[in-house]
Amino acid sequence: MKKQHHNYKDIPGWGMDADPENEPNYPMKNYTGDDHHRSDYQRSAPQPKDVEILMSNERPKMSAVFGNSVPPSGLSGMIRRYAFKHSEDRYRHWLPLIFADRVNMFEGVIDDLSRGYLPNMVAERGWKMEMKHNPKGFAVKIATVAAVGYAVYLILKKKK
Amino acid sequence: MDYRGPYRVRTVEKPMPKILHPEDAIIRVTRTCICGSDLHLYHGMVPDTRVGSTFGHEFVGVVEEVGPLVQKLKVGDQVLVPFNIACGKCNFCKQGLFGNCHESNPMATAVGGIFGYSHTAGGYDGGQAEYVRVPYADVGPTVIPPDMDPDDAVLLTDVVPTGYQAAEMGGIKQGDTVVIFGAGPIGIMAARCAWFFGPSRVIIIDHVDYRLEFAKNYAYCEAYNFKDMEDPVVFLKKTTDWYGADVCIDCVGCEAEGNSLQTFSGKVTLMQAGTATALQWAINSVKKGGIVSIVGVYGPPFNLIPIGNVLNKGLTIRANQASVKRLLPRLIEHVQEGRLNPKGLITHRVPLEEVADAYRLFSSKLDNCIKTVLIPSAKA
Ligand SMILES: NC(=O)c1ccc[n+]([C@@H]2O[C@H](COP(=O)([O-])OP(=O)(O)OC[C@H]3O[C@@H](n4cnc5c(N)ncnc54)[C@H](O)[C@@H]3O)[C@@H](O)[C@H]2O)c1
Ligand SMILES: [Zn+2]
Ligand SMILES: [Zn+2]
Repeated sequence: MKKQHHNYKDIPGWGMDADPENEPNYPMKNYTGDDHHRSDYQRSAPQPKDVEILMSNERPKMSAVFGNSVPPSGLSGMIRRYAFKHSEDRYRHWLPLIFADRVNMFEGVIDDLSRGYLPNMVAERGWKMEMKHNPKGFAVKIATVAAVGYAVYLILKKKK
Repeated sequence: MDYRGPYRVRTVEKPMPKILHPEDAIIRVTRTCICGSDLHLYHGMVPDTRVGSTFGHEFVGVVEEVGPLVQKLKVGDQVLVPFNIACGKCNFCKQGLFGNCHESNPMATAVGGIFGYSHTAGGYDGGQAEYVRVPYADVGPTVIPPDMDPDDAVLLTDVVPTGYQAAEMGGIKQGDTVVIFGAGPIGIMAARCAWFFGPSRVIIIDHVDYRLEFAKNYAYCEAYNFKDMEDPVVFLKKTTDWYGADVCIDCVGCEAEGNSLQTFSGKVTLMQAGTATALQWAINSVKKGGIVSIVGVYGPPFNLIPIGNVLNKGLTIRANQASVKRLLPRLIEHVQEGRLNPKGLITHRVPLEEVADAYRLFSSKLDNCIKTVLIPSAKA
């Protein structure tokens, strides 16, 4: 069912100068005119939803398939649910998601610890490779971080 | 592999992926690459990258199991899997826009589904794993021709089509001068593929000397380090008779270096989605009426680019995620005829267990790394 607000084809000169060869997206897009049929195409059966999926509010329903990895959970999940109330146009969609990602990182560590697993930060960060292939640069980096840390410590100590 | 937060990944045992939809297949991964796109995830730049996710969108493997509606693929087939998840039936897929499928990502409308690329790209587990679920198994996966090296095949899942499409979107005419920003795997492949369209000069710009050296040999192009230039835009104007390049291609994306204002606003304060330095340079060093082609990845919110210059110079901007499936037949031909040598980009092979080291190596550009292949150990 297509809505037609007015008979645009009656506008004088409508479509007269259209040049189908001049498709700026060609050859990336093989223009068929199907765009004007919008969403009436034959779609695959919907994948059953077995976990919580946050859906963009810029579409009316789920896509036929989707990923079901890592459903939202905990505090980061609450932030993500908030983010998905807003469209992809809004900063209040994307900034909370980035923030949730940071919160999620801490949740990950807490989760590890609660299972009695101490994450090996040095190995996870691949520092072995820095030490092997970039020893000088890496030493300077570590020294800088340590020096800044020590300076901050001194300043805080003085304040007390 | 398992993402734990920015710059932290490890390997863990995860449950075997299951068929969740009748058109799914399960693939046992035999080779998988780390991509420049994965670095955006690794650096925590992509919104909704959840701890516990598996990355990886470049992989080849063996079909292990198929859903009841899968007709073309058989258990045991060796396949390469395009990085985009595409239904083949929506109006976008039907028009060859396989990177923009409307039926593979409920979580964002501005991005199609991509394996292992955050929930913003559909929340799929990726292929840097022993096994992976592949939706729409009759659409994307392509049986690897028997005479093809799997190392070539794995680069056909992303790097080769992306580099080729970067050049294709440039609308390069015979005799053109083409400038490519970024000498990572994508930029190098774009430089190589640009020649298929008949330019007279191909120039590549980066700030990592070993990559420039590699690009010069691999892609037969001129290579310059922007750190040696006072102003890259003036340099490029000068070398094109003060005219500007005919075509500029951005193969860097949202983590470009080289402009402190972009870096401050994009990386330090997150006022924009990363840095758009390379795109800014591309717009400002292309000729009037020229074409800027973008394959470097940018995030969904927004970036600071000189849109006024786009208007005043009458530029055409073309950009997309590569439509891998559309390009595969032609590219397989180029590889089989020996015109393209994708595996020549591979500098490192690492067991999947050492994924943390492999990410660090590629991210910090250590040990002259261009492209890394991860090899999972699962046996049939
Ligand atoms: N559109 C697609 O389909 C698609 C597919 C794959 C990758 N990509 C994107 O392409 C980009 C490149 O991928 P890659 O694997 O080659 O990554 P990479 O990180 O290895 O390469 C990026 C290169 O750009 C260089 N660079 C940084 N700032 C620069 C600047 N201002 N000017 C010129 N060069 C600069 C870096 O030194 C690096 O060598 C990434 O953004 C990636 O996400 C897009
Ligand atoms: Zn990739
Ligand atoms: Zn589709």
